[in-house]
Amino acid sequence: VDSHRDDEEPHVPGPSLWPIGFAIGIACVLIGLVVSWIAAAIGAVLTAIFGFLWIRDVTASTEPAPAVEPEVREVAVAPAPPTDGGDAALAPAAAAGEERYPRNVFLEATTLGLGAVIGGIVTLPVLGFAVLPPFLEQDRDEADIGPVDAFPEGEYVIVTYLADLEAGEVSRRTLYVRNNGLREDGQPSFTIVSNRCVHLGCPVQPNGPINEDERQVEDINGYPVSRIPTLPAGFGCPCHGGQYDIEGNRTAGPPVRALDRYEFAIREGRLILLDPYSVSYVEGEGGEATIVKYRHAGPGEHVDGWSALMYPIQAPS
Amino acid sequence: MAAPTSRRQQVEDAAFYPVDWLEERTGLVGGIKWFLYRKVPSDISWAQTLGSATLTAFLVQATTGVFLAMYYKPHPDTAYESIQYITNDVTLGWLVRGMHRWGASVFIILLFLHMARVFLFGAYKYPRELNWIVGVLLLVLGMLEGFTGYLLPWDETAYWATVVGINLNGTAPFAGPLLAQFLRGGAEIGTDTLSRFYSMHMLLLPGAIFALIGLHLYLVMRLGVTSPPWSKHPAGADRVEVPPAGRPGLMRPGPRGGVAK
Repeated sequence: VDSHRDDEEPHVPGPSLWPIGFAIGIACVLIGLVVSWIAAAIGAVLTAIFGFLWIRDVTASTEPAPAVEPEVREVAVAPAPPTDGGDAALAPAAAAGEERYPRNVFLEATTLGLGAVIGGIVTLPVLGFAVLPPFLEQDRDEADIGPVDAFPEGEYVIVTYLADLEAGEVSRRTLYVRNNGLREDGQPSFTIVSNRCVHLGCPVQPNGPINEDERQVEDINGYPVSRIPTLPAGFGCPCHGGQYDIEGNRTAGPPVRALDRYEFAIREGRLILLDPYSVSYVEGEGGEATIVKYRHAGPGEHVDGWSALMYPIQAPS
Repeated sequence: MAAPTSRRQQVEDAAFYPVDWLEERTGLVGGIKWFLYRKVPSDISWAQTLGSATLTAFLVQATTGVFLAMYYKPHPDTAYESIQYITNDVTLGWLVRGMHRWGASVFIILLFLHMARVFLFGAYKYPRELNWIVGVLLLVLGMLEGFTGYLLPWDETAYWATVVGINLNGTAPFAGPLLAQFLRGGAEIGTDTLSRFYSMHMLLLPGAIFALIGLHLYLVMRLGVTSPPWSKHPAGADRVEVPPAGRPGLMRPGPRGGVAK
């Protein structure tokens, strides 16, 4: 687009005070709309008068702004720099003692430094807000999953319960719980297997009949906990075909260890779920099995052997 | 100001007045001309439009996403229902959601086609290496958009695909468990996961993509478009004017005004 103007002068209207009155008028109208119509009317009159004056002022003339006398500063005339150049050329200024740390360099450094400080003050708390909460306050609730009597000896039961009562239904988890009866030392024993595949965390399914007709639902702490008997020959993952035997040991597919398990307690005849732990391999069966406990690891992580060294830092779970 | 010479001149003055007014104060008109009216090699083809197509696909995603956000409710109790509401009840909701859902695939496919074109044409070479790097960052951000957006419908597929995706990140050596914890917003997938994926999907990632697209385009403007590898005109060489060989036609127009040089 070609400019159709001949002159290169900027078209600047002269300075004007009328906009101030105009703004006061607008403010009066807005206040008056809330307070009283008289104030609004006064505001409207003010707005009209000052608006008219302002427009008249702006359109009266577009004379070029008066040329301003260029400001002249008295500058101490430095001696002419020597003609050999190089470091010697800087010498006179340094000798005069006025350019050793110029004002503009100081202002530049101050501005950048202040900007960095302000930026840091704003950014660091926000970053902490975004990053830290997942790593703090990750206490796992204990969960009541029903009376001990509800678990027949030697049979698996599918239990769905809430891992976090505050979070609600979104925290519903599934376990396979087997009552192993009393051990040789007279202590009760339960095998509590997590349904999370230790390949990538999909839900493993029991390989065998699920007895939906004998489903029990019990309200515990206001949420339903369901128990369904099942007769699995093992467990299988639908996502990538990982297979586990009845004790949770890997038999085929990509998983790297046995299924995770939960510690438990029995209080007043009820089975209480405690912390989860990871297992590399379960030797033996049921209550007499030999289990080496490892801290709860994420899916896909070895808990023993050299490849466990790749996960030295664990997030709180 | 020159006196208008004719009625036509007067009309033109009036029509151009707003444009001139804007140009005098912003320089926008010149900027847009610099952006759009560029010299490109004479032998470019449709292959060089893949970048613009990708940009268009992204703008479609951004536009439809803004309006989907008006109805979507990122909470485990409401997310699935709000998606059902958008699809079944909101006027034209099925269309906008469908555009966003299928447009996501179109965007990713176009990203790869554009990348393949640049790679096969050698358009990533000097002096355009940095633009390739910016493009790769855009690809990563685009894939992250896909990953975070996949969770939002909050159905079984979305939930378990995200479980697998987060755990895949978790198996990375050393930092993996921390990364997974950050993505989940805690030890388990839950309310925090959904809201942080939603925030990343609609604020953090699109913002970064917009910024990088700006840089990407600036570099395209500055460095120009490459000729294809089979070009007969080497880059940087002066063009040799070849006199028209045959009858002037559509493909080989005669000199302007029918005057021979």
